[in-house]
Amino acid sequence: MKFISCVPKFKQIKRTAMSKLSLLTSGIIKNNPTFVLVLGMCPTLATTTSAINGFGMGVATLFVLTMSNIVISLVATQVPDKVRIPVYIVVIAAFVTILQLLMQAFTPGLYATLGIFIPLIVVNCIVLGRAEAYASKNNVTDSAMDGIGSGIGFTLSLTVIGLVREILGSASIFGIKFMDSDGILAFVLAPGAFIVLGYLMVLFNKLKSKIS
Amino acid sequence: MAKESSLKNMVSTLFIVCLVSSTLLGGVYAITKAPIEAAAIAKINSSISLVVPAFDNDPSAEAFTKEYKGNNYKIYPAKKGGEMVGYAVETFSTNGFGGKIVIMVGFNTDGTIFNTSVLSHSETPGLGDKMVEGKSNFSVQFKGKNPADFKMAVKKDGGDVDAITASTITSRAFCGAVESACEVYKLCAQIQTNKENSNE
Repeated sequence: MKFISCVPKFKQIKRTAMSKLSLLTSGIIKNNPTFVLVLGMCPTLATTTSAINGFGMGVATLFVLTMSNIVISLVATQVPDKVRIPVYIVVIAAFVTILQLLMQAFTPGLYATLGIFIPLIVVNCIVLGRAEAYASKNNVTDSAMDGIGSGIGFTLSLTVIGLVREILGSASIFGIKFMDSDGILAFVLAPGAFIVLGYLMVLFNKLKSKIS
Repeated sequence: MAKESSLKNMVSTLFIVCLVSSTLLGGVYAITKAPIEAAAIAKINSSISLVVPAFDNDPSAEAFTKEYKGNNYKIYPAKKGGEMVGYAVETFSTNGFGGKIVIMVGFNTDGTIFNTSVLSHSETPGLGDKMVEGKSNFSVQFKGKNPADFKMAVKKDGGDVDAITASTITSRAFCGAVESACEVYKLCAQIQTNKENSNE
């Protein structure tokens, strides 16, 4: 008797676990911040000159996104409607500054290359977008999952763009030269960023529609 | 869902949120202050050891500043066994393609450049950042050159420096920074010789 009553409970647990997982993958594929939502273009175009830079920026955003999603989902019910955006911005800016100080102190090498882009995370639409569209309306675990998912999606997209630009523009992969030449300069500069982003967006959405 | 907004709860919410975040930031700042300073000093020290001959003093502790054309330059004297072996001059140029370029230039006591090392820059990756040693042979050509018989300007401008391909602006800025370092060094060398003369 006892055993039978456990079965539906187990199924329910399995279902919630599945929905948690789909929250994660949604940020990576269905709602990919870069290729589908097309949010946060400024850091995307500016930092992806190499795969490492793109990856670093992605991880920094992942951290801020997850932390701000958690805090905002906790305070959302207590915040008066009219001042919610200022409150979100203060929370996000606080986490960005904490991240900046921590990076400066413990990873000075990474800070030297990414330093000037870190403050840009404050105005990154993904962070505020996820706060407003998701975290303010959902509970803590779901919001954290959503933050991690979107963050991973952003990191992957930036790394891929960076990788393509690095291969074409500097003839190297993750800083290691595979050919003794300079590559096509345009891909390191701004025009290359737009070209690579455009083609990858097409490819991504083509593949996405095929899967679903 | 979201609370009804009234003046009282809006002001109090913003006040609390700002108070909590600023307290948190203050705490993190206090924790990271020492490591950040240590990292900055470590960076300066490692670049000093790259640009001057082997030394055994602490150049950061003996650093002094010199004014040249309205700007202050930091000079790090390198000594071995009390004997002066070279100077490292922290110089900069604001004419880089991406803004300010800070370079450490080291001199032997006879005024020749021992080596150079880029401290910070925002030049284009793949183009201007080739001025960083190891990415191209650009900075190597300054090694062992004496500013007296080596004109610190790119060949396009009638100097002796081979510019980085497609990065003339960066090359010019680099040369400019090295040139002001040479001038600053001369100022120091003058004081040094004056001292020696007065001692005699």
